[in-house]
Amino acid sequence: MQTPETVEVAATEVPRDGQDSPHFSEDAVLLEADALQALIDGLRDDGYQVMGPMVRDQAVVYDEIQDVEALPSGWTDEQAPGRYRLTQQDRARFFGYTVSPQAWKRFLFPPERRLWQAERDGTNGSFHVTTDEDDPPRRAFLGVRACELAAIAIQDRVFMEGPYVDPVYAARRRNVLIVAVNCGQAGANCFCTSMGTGPQATSRFDLALTEVLEDDRHVFLAEPGSDAGAALLDQLPTRPATDDDRAAARRVVEEAIDSVERQFDTDGIHDLLLDHLDHPHWETVAKRCLACTNCTLVCPTCFCSDVEDRTDLTGQTAERWQTWDSCFTLDFSYIHGGSVRDSVESRYRQWLTHKLASWIDQFGTSGCVGCGRCITWCPVGIDLTEEVEKLRAAVTTPDSPSTKDGGDRS
Amino acid sequence: MASPASTSEKPKLAVWKFASCDGCQLSLLDCEDELLAVADAVEIAYFPEATRAEVEGPYDLSLVEGSITTPHDAERIHKIRRESKYLVAIGACATAGGIQALRNFKNVNEFVALVYAHPEYIETLKVSTPISYHVFVDFELQGCPINKYQLLELISALLNDRRPNIPPHSVCVECKRRGTVCVMVANGTPCLGPVTHAGCGAICPAYQRGCYGCYGPKEAPNTAALADEFLRLGQDHAAIARFFRTFTANAEAFRKESVAHEHEV
Repeated sequence: MQTPETVEVAATEVPRDGQDSPHFSEDAVLLEADALQALIDGLRDDGYQVMGPMVRDQAVVYDEIQDVEALPSGWTDEQAPGRYRLTQQDRARFFGYTVSPQAWKRFLFPPERRLWQAERDGTNGSFHVTTDEDDPPRRAFLGVRACELAAIAIQDRVFMEGPYVDPVYAARRRNVLIVAVNCGQAGANCFCTSMGTGPQATSRFDLALTEVLEDDRHVFLAEPGSDAGAALLDQLPTRPATDDDRAAARRVVEEAIDSVERQFDTDGIHDLLLDHLDHPHWETVAKRCLACTNCTLVCPTCFCSDVEDRTDLTGQTAERWQTWDSCFTLDFSYIHGGSVRDSVESRYRQWLTHKLASWIDQFGTSGCVGCGRCITWCPVGIDLTEEVEKLRAAVTTPDSPSTKDGGDRS
Repeated sequence: MASPASTSEKPKLAVWKFASCDGCQLSLLDCEDELLAVADAVEIAYFPEATRAEVEGPYDLSLVEGSITTPHDAERIHKIRRESKYLVAIGACATAGGIQALRNFKNVNEFVALVYAHPEYIETLKVSTPISYHVFVDFELQGCPINKYQLLELISALLNDRRPNIPPHSVCVECKRRGTVCVMVANGTPCLGPVTHAGCGAICPAYQRGCYGCYGPKEAPNTAALADEFLRLGQDHAAIARFFRTFTANAEAFRKESVAHEHEV
């Protein structure tokens, strides 16, 4: 049932950076694990607020760190649909976890922000507007995964590379230095290999580290990805990497590739979803879906927001705020007369078809990077890869109630 | 609220109490810093918790706390409605019947006989009902107790003739905005957040507790799917019935879910 057109769409849906065999730069250098503090110090001396992984609330979260002591050394996470548990590993790697509950998104696209405020001038009805000058801190993101780099690239496209640039996002994004860390293992909900986004960071970073913990050594292979990254490395005690070092790093990434269990067949996904908008399977999902918004808010690429006006009691001042929003709320599609998507099935379908299909039409790539957050952090464990597979199976079974040609719109 | 119901410049505010604990009225008094601004913006015409002064109706805005539990109150609410331009029900009692609506699941006469030395003096209704069951309500502000900032927002919106920013989505939105890790996913703690109306700021999950559902049902809650997940987390039907039967036990979605699990016990 594939048409040539379908295949073409599928081939362009994700940025494929040649993830097939791990390759490391000739410029790579070796950094002893003991020197990681020097890296953090170097960033701080350069005026960066260093954001990195730490253990809090029984999870590895991203927040400001001062030193290596804050890093989740020896901790890892076990993930399953609707389930996350922090456990300790025998191997004391600094970056032995997969991805945090929430994406780097909150630092670039803040959950709440004031856009402007207005104040009345006396009683003549005029008012003046003050725009908040967003003066974002210089931040270094330490520990960005390959799937997260892909997610940031997608949000860059949405917020900065179209005709209308979001000034707040752009200002924050310009002030960020990215230290990527390659994954050495995959979680049970990871499917970056299916989406072509990982596990190795291949571009769009300032510095990429691969943590090598072997019998007799604990080191990082460090690859510069920008002048800023190279300048940072120059300040650190490093030595040029040997072919053996590169081979050791390759084994780390290969271990991550080999441990990816989840496979997601994206072949023809655009038409598969958009040709079956009335399929009864959406209703099956809706019975389980809480429409709680968690999947969208943990998603590193979801970018929807709401705008609301707030006034004080006197009516002298008004403020306009932008807040995270989600296509799972009724208010999201509320227009005169009511909500356009008043059923949960229509809202789940909207999210999934946008993320995996119409996103391709809109931005040229899939909106999914395969990080698995929406699967892990769904309180009832709805798994988008499973739902797409079920839909695929249902529509390719000859006696299935496929409604491709119109179907019953009930 | 462009044209006040009174001849005075300021809109008249009245605060009424029915069957309740007074906690929601206290939320208004708790405004402290903002209280002077409130008093400046409106004429507090009737508010026994705060002042003995009493100004006759009609009122521009009536805030009604408490549920209807007696024949007398069932009459009184109609008089208040007639005297009020806007009537807003505040709190779990006024919007859902409150904790006292637990009587709705039993025979109230048995409680009366157990509790009072002279049951014959007690004149009470069989059920505790929200204000909207009796009169038209312009807005329902949920919460046990209500959030004072939401109350200020509501008053401010009415004073400025705009829609209040009081979103009916889940508590999960508040957890995610403040960066709280989900206690249900990360720790297996049963949490009513996914079916509960936002407004409290997601306090309990921030302290590693599951949401108790104090703010009542969110818009279109899928309580059955959440209850199924609670079963998978090891809760039994009796426990699930109790989860849904607290401060907003009589809210339709929570009532149906608790009854469904009570029947499974």
